[in-house]
Amino acid sequence: MDFRFDIIAEYAPFFLKGVLLTIGLSIIAIIVGSILGLVIGLGKISSKQLVRLPFEWYINFFRGTPLFVQILLVHFGLMPMLFPQPNPIISASVSLSLNAAAYIAEIFRAGIQSIDRGQMEAARSLGMTHVQAMSYIILPQALKRMIPPFGNEFIVLIKDSSLAAIIAAPELMYWGRAAQGQYYRVWEPYLTVALIYLVLTLSLSKLLHYLERRYSAK
Amino acid sequence: MIKVTNLKKSYGDLEVLKGLDVHIKEREVVVVIGPSGSGKSTFLRCLNLLEDFNEGEVIIDGFNLKDKNIDINKVREEVGMVFQRFNLFPHMTVLDNITLAPVKVRKWSMEKAKQKALELLVKVGLQDKAHVYPDSLSGGQAQRVAIARALAMEPKVMLFDEPTSALDPEMVGEVLAVMKQLAQEGMTMVVVTHEMGFAREVGDRVIFMDGGYIIEEGKPSEIFDNPKHERTKSFLSKVL
Repeated sequence: MDFRFDIIAEYAPFFLKGVLLTIGLSIIAIIVGSILGLVIGLGKISSKQLVRLPFEWYINFFRGTPLFVQILLVHFGLMPMLFPQPNPIISASVSLSLNAAAYIAEIFRAGIQSIDRGQMEAARSLGMTHVQAMSYIILPQALKRMIPPFGNEFIVLIKDSSLAAIIAAPELMYWGRAAQGQYYRVWEPYLTVALIYLVLTLSLSKLLHYLERRYSAK
Repeated sequence: MIKVTNLKKSYGDLEVLKGLDVHIKEREVVVVIGPSGSGKSTFLRCLNLLEDFNEGEVIIDGFNLKDKNIDINKVREEVGMVFQRFNLFPHMTVLDNITLAPVKVRKWSMEKAKQKALELLVKVGLQDKAHVYPDSLSGGQAQRVAIARALAMEPKVMLFDEPTSALDPEMVGEVLAVMKQLAQEGMTMVVVTHEMGFAREVGDRVIFMDGGYIIEEGKPSEIFDNPKHERTKSFLSKVL
């Protein structure tokens, strides 16, 4: 079997552009997802059932349906209602962020609930409000425990952002498909793309491992 | 200072407090004793509304806890609490544990809070521990820091929820000594404990609870030397 390195060489600049978008999409999703996820996670542990309900269903929906379907719904359903010309990059950012928010909300919820009840009680007994107790006592401790699942979510996002290729957001997978379509070759583009994803996820997991050790030492 | 009238509390069908009436005066040290499950901790936790109650009235320092218009956080500023499991904040140094609430809640300057914290650490005999983290403290040291943390808010009342029950026996004394000193300085205290020696020596009044009721109360000498109720007698015969 011959392996045409020239295809890879030709597409190298596109793969590079694609990788940057893949990383960009993942970073946007993790940031927006964290902000939304904190709100949703806090909402889900509210003592009032009426407050809890919409957040629970947000999480149910985004964790219980395929991301693939969500991307299509956002790009072809939601976005055309807001913009005349939907931009695939925006659609991909939005759907990845909404999806990540659901998973991150659960990470926040689990992190917060893993903190001993006595911590909240001690804070409240000193006259702190619920918000003060959360921000000075509970969240700082919960965040430390959230580093490993948070890292996993980031890795999942890097891989899942490849689904954005289906709406022609020009991230890494999109260029892999483009090369495959142009030359009718499978191994060269897809193995290259797979290898790049692997480098991304492995180096991220190394970095997280380092952070985890550093912060748990304190 | 504290006036409790017909206090009732239940978890679902289980009634744990069946109508308590207690009146605690300023500077009084009241020790609550009784078997496990008698409701004594629940009673204590109702006094700063860590547990909500179903019926009755609690008035602390002029605040009626069931009044919708009061800010419970304002009441808690005046009511310090010490827990069985210390509940120090593990991500902060001892000094930060003590200064946090005065700075964030009382809005003191960091300067003032720090000075107060160091004074209190001297008082509980831990001035050299200001900059360590709680996990390097022994149980007795941790509980003394927890007492200092509560005192830093300059509360009018201190509640102690079995403060020595989680300690190794040889550390009980150092915590009780701090509490005794506090009592002698005139702090109003409500102490739930199994330390009968402390109750007898430091308490102005002892309340014996069982099954959600106050069975008997009186001066420590009356309760310990001359209990009237059968239930009190049988409890004391087992613990003394």
